[in-house]
Amino acid sequence: MKLKPCLTALALACAAGASFQAANAQEMKAEVIHWWTSGGESAAVKVFAEQFAKAGGTWVDTAIAGGVNARTAAINRVVGGTPPTAMQFNTGKQFDELVENDLLRDVDQIATEQKWKSFMPQAIIDATSRNGKMYAVPVNIHGQNWLWLSKAALEKAGASEPANWDEALVALEKLKAAGLIPLAFSGQKVWERGLFNAVLVGKGGTALWASIHGKRDPAAARSPEFRAVAETYGKLRGYIDPGAPGRNWNDATNLVIQGKAGMQIMGDWAKGEFAAAGQTAGKEFGCAILSNEGGYVMGGDVFAFPKLKDPAQQKAQLVLAKVMLEPETQIRFAQKKGSIPVRLDLDVSSLDACAQKAVKLLADKKHQVAAQEMLSPPALTGAMEDVISQYWNTPAMTADAFMAKVADVLKQPF
Amino acid sequence: MPLVRHRTASRLAAGLALSPALLVLVVVYLGCTAWTVWISLTSSRMLPNSTFVGLRQYASLMGNERWQVSVANLAVFGSLFLIASLALGFLLAVAIDQRVRAENTLRSIFLYPYSMSFIVTGLVWQWLLNPSFGIEKMVRDLGFPSFHFDWIVRQDMVIYTLVFAAVWHAAGLVMAIMLAGLRGIDEDIWKAARIDGLPPWRVYLSIVIPMLGASFATAAVLLATSVVRLYDLSVAMTNGGPGVASEVPAKFVMDHLFERGNLGLATAAATSMLITVAAVVAPWLVWQNRRARRAQV
Repeated sequence: MKLKPCLTALALACAAGASFQAANAQEMKAEVIHWWTSGGESAAVKVFAEQFAKAGGTWVDTAIAGGVNARTAAINRVVGGTPPTAMQFNTGKQFDELVENDLLRDVDQIATEQKWKSFMPQAIIDATSRNGKMYAVPVNIHGQNWLWLSKAALEKAGASEPANWDEALVALEKLKAAGLIPLAFSGQKVWERGLFNAVLVGKGGTALWASIHGKRDPAAARSPEFRAVAETYGKLRGYIDPGAPGRNWNDATNLVIQGKAGMQIMGDWAKGEFAAAGQTAGKEFGCAILSNEGGYVMGGDVFAFPKLKDPAQQKAQLVLAKVMLEPETQIRFAQKKGSIPVRLDLDVSSLDACAQKAVKLLADKKHQVAAQEMLSPPALTGAMEDVISQYWNTPAMTADAFMAKVADVLKQPF
Repeated sequence: MPLVRHRTASRLAAGLALSPALLVLVVVYLGCTAWTVWISLTSSRMLPNSTFVGLRQYASLMGNERWQVSVANLAVFGSLFLIASLALGFLLAVAIDQRVRAENTLRSIFLYPYSMSFIVTGLVWQWLLNPSFGIEKMVRDLGFPSFHFDWIVRQDMVIYTLVFAAVWHAAGLVMAIMLAGLRGIDEDIWKAARIDGLPPWRVYLSIVIPMLGASFATAAVLLATSVVRLYDLSVAMTNGGPGVASEVPAKFVMDHLFERGNLGLATAAATSMLITVAAVVAPWLVWQNRRARRAQV
């Protein structure tokens, strides 16, 4: 239908707005488009702004609520010829086509100068590099496959804290018998995929993860290991409550906080909810990575820099890149955001117990697992999401049928 | 002679006055439509490109289960929504037309839902239908513990909950249109029918409804447009879930256009919608045109 006019209109509107911003070029101004608008998020982004100001710059904040909206606006401005100084993406494939069309500036020089490669996980470097050059500054690592549990609920059910998926199924059964909601779940496509991914890496292992999401090997989707993943995932349907479909993730987290539910699989952004409720990691709630191998799924955020002609703006980009990765900025940012620093060489004793656990895990390269978004383009991730969601919501669907569908998706040219 | 000149001048003025609208129509509407069709024939992902791939996007669209579900949903939703809104709206209008007391208040109450956006409507109904704190919970707490009303979380029933919400939203508008039509009917017809001893239901069915043809057409066209662009209700109420059970074509287009960075597939879907609508509307336009011409003769 008439969706194209939106794009054009947006680009035009932005072009009009941005044309007078370039006037004052002497000053080191950086206009940054991001989607960090919630309480904790905006406190975190303020850390960047303050540190940038200390370095002599002026941070011009363009916060647009919602990742998709922010990225669409930023991309339209880049394509329309009035790019911002820096723009946020999730670590991964979202900026592929900007690089292919030569619209982004590479940050390889400063990366080498500052020795980024010596303190960042390889998977993060790979996810921001195209043709051997880094094109974005990673700023944090979000763990996506955390298990959050209510100590009170587990105690009531007489269950012990699980360390892998087999133990988790035992604990879930006990919680069910005790009349609690075993698994707090938010039935939206993205979290159905999140739960699946947690099972895939925990039950299937990091090698299977790499062949499914990384190599996109249809044969891997027909393997017995993948069948075990599909079956475990299928079993989890029996441990959610009838109100789960459509629920928001934070409402599910609140069920764990109140002790009405035993556990939840969610990224480390859920910590913010526990903190807001005055709970402490290790005391009222616990966190664990369900995996015998310790595979920690790393997502995160990056800032990319569009190609700009104005030398003052180019300088601002470099200063931003440097400031964002300074140890002090990294720690203060992680405290507010709930993520962990993208630098693994820092003293993290000021972070919470779960964050410390994560940093300890990631010290071993074997545990570093790149998130699905880093390995597959949004179109493929979306197609997988549809298949996973269908399987989750259709209990009558067999594991075989699901495996065939996953194999089909992996065969498509993306 | 002066008359002719006068006529050309006024035509020129009319043409000038209309030209901005025409320009907008050609550039924005037709231009963007053409662009959309063109992109649907390319391999475009996040950014448009011009690698021609023929009908490949359409092939993968037709094989896409979510698209199939979306189209089927639109058919179910569209037909039920049209029939139910027209029927309910008409009955409400008839009820109010009986010169009831507090007519103004009732009319406002029935029309009120229409003043809300689909987003608000969707949220309200999401809460009402949620089995853990909505109607189901309320009735159970009243002492009927076996009461079940969990359609919104069931894949096979969820599309009907969208129909509920949409009918609730639109029935008042249909009522207003119908009421205007009913008030326009000559009192003499009623008197004549009374003399003939016809029961009121018979008068409505055989005389009034055929006379309200134009009102029905107006209401149906208004409702039909909201069927095709159905998007916000699905987003607010179920976000397409559970699974893909309440997905609709417009949401498919939006998701693939933005979040999934798949312009090729999204524009193929948009073009398919356009072709479908055109296939329905074009014969109707031709028919209308002919009828108008016949009426002139």
